[in-house]
Amino acid sequence: MNAEVKAFAQRLDLKRGRVDMSHGSGGRAMAQLIEQLFLRHFDNEWLRQANDQASFAVAAGRMVMSTDGHVISPLFFPGGDIGSLAVHGTINDVAMSGARPLFLSAGFIIEEGFPLADLERIVASMARAAREAGVPVATGDTKVVERGKGDGVFITTTGIGVVPPGVTISGELARPGDAILLSGNLGDHGVAIMSSRENLEFDTRIVSDSAALHGLVAAMVEAAPGIHCLRDPTRGGLATTLNELARQSGVGMKLQETAIPIDPAVSAASELLGLDPLYIANEGKLVCICAGEDAGRLLHVMRQHPLGRRAAIVGEVIDDPHALVQMETAFGGSRIVDWLSGEQLPRIC
Amino acid sequence: MRYVEEFRRRDLAQRLAAAIAREADPARQYRLMEFCGGHTHAIFRYGVQDLMPPNVGFVHGPGCPVCVLPIARIDHAIRLLEQHQVILCSYGDMLRVPGSGRHSLLKAKAAGADVRMVYSTRDALNIARQNPQRQVVFFAIGFETTTPPTAVAIRQAREAGLKNFSVFCNHVLTPAAIHNILESPEVREMGTVSIDGFFGPSHVSAVIGSRPYEFFAEEFQRPVVIAGFEPLDVMQSTLMLIRQLNEGRHEVENEYTRVVSRDGNLKAQALVAEVFELRRRFEWRGLGEVPYSALRIKRCYAEFDAERRFAVTLAPAAEVRGCECPRILRGVKKPVDCRLFGNVCTPDNPMGSCMVSSEGACAAYWSYGRFRQPAGEESVA
Amino acid sequence: MCLALPARIVAIDDRGETATVALGEVRKDISLALIEDARLDDYVLIHVGYALNKISEEEAERTLQMFAEAGLIDEGTA
Repeated sequence: MNAEVKAFAQRLDLKRGRVDMSHGSGGRAMAQLIEQLFLRHFDNEWLRQANDQASFAVAAGRMVMSTDGHVISPLFFPGGDIGSLAVHGTINDVAMSGARPLFLSAGFIIEEGFPLADLERIVASMARAAREAGVPVATGDTKVVERGKGDGVFITTTGIGVVPPGVTISGELARPGDAILLSGNLGDHGVAIMSSRENLEFDTRIVSDSAALHGLVAAMVEAAPGIHCLRDPTRGGLATTLNELARQSGVGMKLQETAIPIDPAVSAASELLGLDPLYIANEGKLVCICAGEDAGRLLHVMRQHPLGRRAAIVGEVIDDPHALVQMETAFGGSRIVDWLSGEQLPRIC
Repeated sequence: MRYVEEFRRRDLAQRLAAAIAREADPARQYRLMEFCGGHTHAIFRYGVQDLMPPNVGFVHGPGCPVCVLPIARIDHAIRLLEQHQVILCSYGDMLRVPGSGRHSLLKAKAAGADVRMVYSTRDALNIARQNPQRQVVFFAIGFETTTPPTAVAIRQAREAGLKNFSVFCNHVLTPAAIHNILESPEVREMGTVSIDGFFGPSHVSAVIGSRPYEFFAEEFQRPVVIAGFEPLDVMQSTLMLIRQLNEGRHEVENEYTRVVSRDGNLKAQALVAEVFELRRRFEWRGLGEVPYSALRIKRCYAEFDAERRFAVTLAPAAEVRGCECPRILRGVKKPVDCRLFGNVCTPDNPMGSCMVSSEGACAAYWSYGRFRQPAGEESVA
Repeated sequence: MCLALPARIVAIDDRGETATVALGEVRKDISLALIEDARLDDYVLIHVGYALNKISEEEAERTLQMFAEAGLIDEGTA
């Protein structure tokens, strides 16, 4: 090693250094950033080959691909950060087709001046999330934009997976008589985010539920390969996801408010801000629509899994030409659970 | 959550529903106006109408300060941003309300204006402290519940000697609005809108007390029940109104005794009186000009009055053609009676304020009640 | 109207100007400028970052009692 010419004059100052335009220019500075930050954490056989692409054999079967850009603010929140979110989010999108996720790619757009310490924190978190999920980040890209043209960092992840034979899960397959299942508590992620945003501070023990759901999905698909729909209720919450599925399938839905699991702290935070938990984002939950006769078995399997302990049957699919999602309230009346219009803003009135 | 969950119990709801069904006289209609947006919200969110007999119906009144704010005032706020590059602090409710040309604070923000959503006037004061080089304007809206916090903020700004903080004041008064509805031709003379009784607003009353409503009950011979805004409060208050109507009484009763007293919060009232005075007239969206219905900042606090500090040029404002907000606000028409409702005007694309505010009659109806014809709500106009 | 929630005072600052309240498990700092005589464990109505009024426990109980009795009212009224 002593005889080798040192590739880089100095180590990256990961404590106090900042990203600058040279880190995105394709030259030595960029190579150093990749080697001493990204590769150090993501380390796997594909990245070690140091090519612009990752090469692997593909299992026979139907492939699934999904991509997501992550632009959240704040970048760090209780229970996660933009990095872990980017990994979990794309793994989940792939898994919602019933597929087993195989690989991820990660593209970074970093704003000039972004602290390297924060970048490392994010990358380490992503690497850990990928490792724990067993889904490697096989290839990636880095660009740097001028100060003022980014929001710290944007991350785009793309994932591919393979669907087990005999499994067809899709949004237009819900049918009247189907059961609607939810894997756990609503609203944790959105409330965790809001608790760290300025002007809306409050102390709460709620942390984001951000998690990779492919293990739970695998268990569910094994128990009931005939599942009709799976979707994760992220932006816009459960209400938006169910409205999407209702419209895609041309059916209506009827929910039972008393059956919907919500952490009391999330309830309290929603009351405070005048928000409806049905519309708050989740990052580690899924909605499953299945034939009525599969519901009991699926519920049991979900509850055995750490990410499905609070799973519940929350409603049923009905015939409805208007494709409305309705809910019987805990109070005994009924209401429509509509699409979200615009962003849900805290209100005073 | 104490004092919240007990007031939403289903078993108690059943009992109250049974009592209401028993006591409502099948030979007559009961049309009860809930003036306050919080009540509209509770009724729809919990499906209270479903528990009522067919002859008991709720009329949604103009109790939403967002809904009644005239377009010209929103335009004014936007002009403050455009002409003076202020930091405009606003409650979330106002951000999407359309002004002239369907412009809004949110759209102004997208175009680069410095609009900041705040939860409290305290946040606005902090922003002023943290940005001494910039002018910070707080967009004050709301009925009497929200006015005392603005008064406190202005006094604190004076105590702190803040030179860059001012308030764009749009606070309005509840009794004046109720009076205006009851005096409107449709109600008074033509009798086309029959409003048999009122639910008094919960939290306005916490501040002003129950006393101000005694005038209405007497003058207009209609019962008023000050109602809490949990669904059981609404049901109990419905029962109380039905009883008054059956017995031919027209009094002010207080269901929300855990918070509301006859005198109200005297400390808050005194603070408001120190900082604000009545405007001789103020235009309300849908109700036209209502005398002595709104507040402005007193001269002794003039330095905190954004209307005095910043000169603004305004084009004349006009309501969107076909928009029935004015009549819907007065309870004369229903959202479905407006030809814009549901096609051009939706929560995603609101034409008027009734659709933007989640408590506006149109938004509430859209989100919770469309496609169902709730019992007791027939079209009047 | 106006979204206001009942919350319990769990801490008061030295000058008695602000307090920490708990709504269920959530805590928030609010101003006491609009009320007098706030004490620990009092329930107050909070609105836009201010305590607006105290909540009377006695009256709350009485109101709940009223609801419970609604179904038991004498048959004479109809």
